[in-house]
Amino acid sequence: MIKLEHINKFFGDLHVLKDVNLHVKEGEKMVIVGPSGSGKSTTVRCMNYLEVPTSGKVIIDGEEMNARNHIKLVRRTTSMVFQQFNLYPHLDVMRNLTLAPIKLHGVSPKEAEETARHYLNVVGLADKAHVYPTTLSGGQQQRIAIARALCAKTKIILFDEPTSALDPETIQEVLDVMVKLAEESNITMVIVTHEMGFARQVADRIVFMEDGMIIEEGTPDHFFNNPSNERVQQFLGKILRH
Amino acid sequence: MATLVSLEAWLKVWTYKSTFLLGFLTTLETALFAVLLSLCLGLLFGLMSTSGKTALQAVARVYVEFIQNTPLLLQICFLYYAMSFSGHSLSIIASGIISIGVYHGAYMSEVIRAGIQSIPRGQFEAAHSQGFSYLATMYYIILPQSIKIILPPMVNQVVNLIKNTSCLYIIGGSDLISITYSFVTGANTGGAHGPAYLVSGVMFFIICFPLSMLASTWENNLKKRERLTFKKEPAVKAEDLS
Repeated sequence: MIKLEHINKFFGDLHVLKDVNLHVKEGEKMVIVGPSGSGKSTTVRCMNYLEVPTSGKVIIDGEEMNARNHIKLVRRTTSMVFQQFNLYPHLDVMRNLTLAPIKLHGVSPKEAEETARHYLNVVGLADKAHVYPTTLSGGQQQRIAIARALCAKTKIILFDEPTSALDPETIQEVLDVMVKLAEESNITMVIVTHEMGFARQVADRIVFMEDGMIIEEGTPDHFFNNPSNERVQQFLGKILRH
Repeated sequence: MATLVSLEAWLKVWTYKSTFLLGFLTTLETALFAVLLSLCLGLLFGLMSTSGKTALQAVARVYVEFIQNTPLLLQICFLYYAMSFSGHSLSIIASGIISIGVYHGAYMSEVIRAGIQSIPRGQFEAAHSQGFSYLATMYYIILPQSIKIILPPMVNQVVNLIKNTSCLYIIGGSDLISITYSFVTGANTGGAHGPAYLVSGVMFFIICFPLSMLASTWENNLKKRERLTFKKEPAVKAEDLS
């Protein structure tokens, strides 16, 4: 579904991704973890052309992404949930959810609204259809953002640290929605997160990145119980101690 | 200034009231078309300068810098005389509309550029992640949000533009300022300087003052709204404002 082949990315002189190779299979739930600045977000952002790799190939659904086809390819295949939610503040929740389906996917307004109501139910915010995003809490906004991603009905949803900007008490409601999604849908999910309990619960595969490289990947069981790499052991030691 | 209290001078102006009105209408007509032209140019070059395409940005930069750093009077003379000497004579009013429109288009372009750049990066990224093209992103997501930031300085530009129609005088226009000048220096009508300039000024004021007030009211509302958002007012209030 998603293939990254020999991806290198420079920000000026900074070499942030170093020959990254990754293959996400259809329906797979992949969680990317690692210390900050390790290139996790950049890796995910390469998958929908928010970052353009300096070299290497990004292949989505069998098609290589480039400057000419990225808008249509992204539109057709991927959605994204951001750390800062990035809902459109000038539109109410319903119009946030239906804008892209109506304007980009050619869905009729009536059908788009039905879909939107369905997904608002899924994220447990059916009563918020006609309020503006800024009136909602962070956790609610992020659940709306997840509903917005679902409304596009793409096969892939990318999550870029979806709970990092949230107050501690609203993190769980967002994680619950994502767990439900992971368990009940066949959507390919790539999730960058620091929530280790959540990672263990939903991941088919965990990828550990450090210093722009993938240095360990495997099942949650392998990753948490007998990581072969010393750096992973150190990382887990720091994170899981408390 | 003695003429200010001379009944005779005031009567002279009154007798020629239709001349003043005609000049006033010419000024309004010139301003109206010049505003339309400047809006089109402003939008075009404003979008070019935020497009991220180096060539387009360079063209927009050259336009803005060249126009903003040479006097409007020179631009009017250049257009009018260069055209007439090269055999494509352009009417006085058309020269005025074009040069004033082009001049203020450069300022409008900067106003629009600043408005677009005031929108957080996350909004562009969310639109990109949904598959909106650059123009669709601008149309559906960015411009509707930046319009409230753009409007006050834009209206100020309109006020400046109306006042700058007085530059038509240099190529012998029939706008309000030119008419007034001909009136006070005319063989039959000369001498009533005080009343004539006062009347002319009042006419400008009647148009420009409400616009200035509108701009500052908008600006104050915007500031108030920002304070409200910042303080996270209760849901109902924020909704009413939207």
